[in-house]
Amino acid sequence: MTKDLVFITVIGKDQKGIIARISNAVFKHNINIEDLDQKIMGGYFVMTMLADMSDSGIMIGDLKKELAQIETDMGLKIQVQHENIFKAMHRV
Amino acid sequence: MEYSLEEVMETVKMTLYDNFDIRTVTLGINLKDCINPDLGIFKSKVYERVTDYGKRLVTEAGKLEDKYGIPIINKRISVTPVSLITESCADDAPLELAVTLDKAARDAGIDFIGGYGALVQKGMTKADEQLINSLPDVLSSTERVCAFLNVGSTVSGMNMDAVIKLGTVIKDIAGRTDNGLGCTKFAVFSNAPEDNPFMAGAFHGIGEPDFSLNIGISGPGVVRGVVEKNTKCDLTGLSEIVKRTAFKITRAGELIGRELAANLNVPFGIVDISLASTTKVGDSVAGIVELMGIERMGAPGSTAALALLIDAVKKGGAMASGNVGGLSGTFIPVSEDSGMNRAVREGALSIEKLEALTAVCSVGLDMIAIPGDTPSETISAIIADELSIGVVNGKTTGVRLIPVPGKKAGDYVNFGGLLGETYIMEISRFSSRDFILRGGRMPSPVTSMRN
Repeated sequence: MTKDLVFITVIGKDQKGIIARISNAVFKHNINIEDLDQKIMGGYFVMTMLADMSDSGIMIGDLKKELAQIETDMGLKIQVQHENIFKAMHRV
Repeated sequence: MEYSLEEVMETVKMTLYDNFDIRTVTLGINLKDCINPDLGIFKSKVYERVTDYGKRLVTEAGKLEDKYGIPIINKRISVTPVSLITESCADDAPLELAVTLDKAARDAGIDFIGGYGALVQKGMTKADEQLINSLPDVLSSTERVCAFLNVGSTVSGMNMDAVIKLGTVIKDIAGRTDNGLGCTKFAVFSNAPEDNPFMAGAFHGIGEPDFSLNIGISGPGVVRGVVEKNTKCDLTGLSEIVKRTAFKITRAGELIGRELAANLNVPFGIVDISLASTTKVGDSVAGIVELMGIERMGAPGSTAALALLIDAVKKGGAMASGNVGGLSGTFIPVSEDSGMNRAVREGALSIEKLEALTAVCSVGLDMIAIPGDTPSETISAIIADELSIGVVNGKTTGVRLIPVPGKKAGDYVNFGGLLGETYIMEISRFSSRDFILRGGRMPSPVTSMRN
């Protein structure tokens, strides 16, 4: 089955439970985590999670709304963007 | 991972912190096949087509905003020039169609609908004259209709009889609307492109198919971000950096434009790579020029800096998309760009310098407030000057002037929202009346003989 890949990106202050809460949210909707990367950039914690939504019934817009709760609770910036945009901008 | 964390974060930061967005998706719609001798049937066909496609445009654009996390600020529609489709109708048909287009746009959730205009670079038909005469009524009684007039081209020269009319029409529009606001919805062009997605000048040209989805990307904030980071490199290096950035944002625009066109089942038209400023401080083209090392926009060096900037944007854009079109220049609207506005307030930027800037890179004298008592012949002369630059140099130039009733040079005016605020610019007190009133047609320049 063709994958439907999205990047979930997080920027904010490092704290306990970021990956746990986001993993939990995506697991709940049958979204598979394909890859994960994190580092401290310019004093901020940044994380990118590549996730496959092909087995999930949720729409990107609705997933964003759920993640917005974590964003508010933990003072983070969370973005969800389809992989195609990264392919278009960074690969020729 | 196929993409490095830095690559992913570069895109994310563009949207989160540098105002990267798709400025407009504009669906061009042919209305020629809606023409009917019965004006009632004609209007009803126009209304149905515009609302049907308008609603779908808004819905599908919203889905792509979610998918890619990039805001699509404006969803707009452009139609066949209205004078063309009212050739066989009675005198009041243009105004009635304008009211229909306004209602259709409102009902579909479209903020502006363009195409209320005519192509009169060589002469005016009766329908063209009817449409021009209706402009004050239309722009003072409708909310979302945008109007345009093409009065010059490199091939045809310039229709000075139309230019004379425009001086009085523009003053009339201004006199009938608060602060002359109606004039913000009216652009006069030479060499107007048929696939421009940006208002107020968008229309669906006669060489276009039934539908065409055109997209205007935006990126002053993103370009500003990279210029700000590279304070020490020379201008060759700066051009390279801007070019790379323009490449990336154009690719994003092309992706979204193509996907939206496919989802609407209409042909994809063009990507317009214009740097389009907004009133946000970080979204100012003047701000980029100032970061390049010019103390205030309008100071000597501004023309060169802007030329370098848009050249780099064009080179990056042309590599990223085979469908670059529309205006694809730099917009330097005075009231809509906070940096331009500051330069006017501080006396750094005159209308003469703005005209010079348009000779190398930008698309015209845009959103400039002038004294309300400016003689109509002077307004015509400013239009003639600006459009001559386009006619002679084979490029698009446009004019959007607002003679603000009751205001004089230096006074403040606020147009509200995205239209911004500005100070009334000083206009030469010397007369051009006798020249303008000669009328006739300025012949096409010798550079037009290319066959």
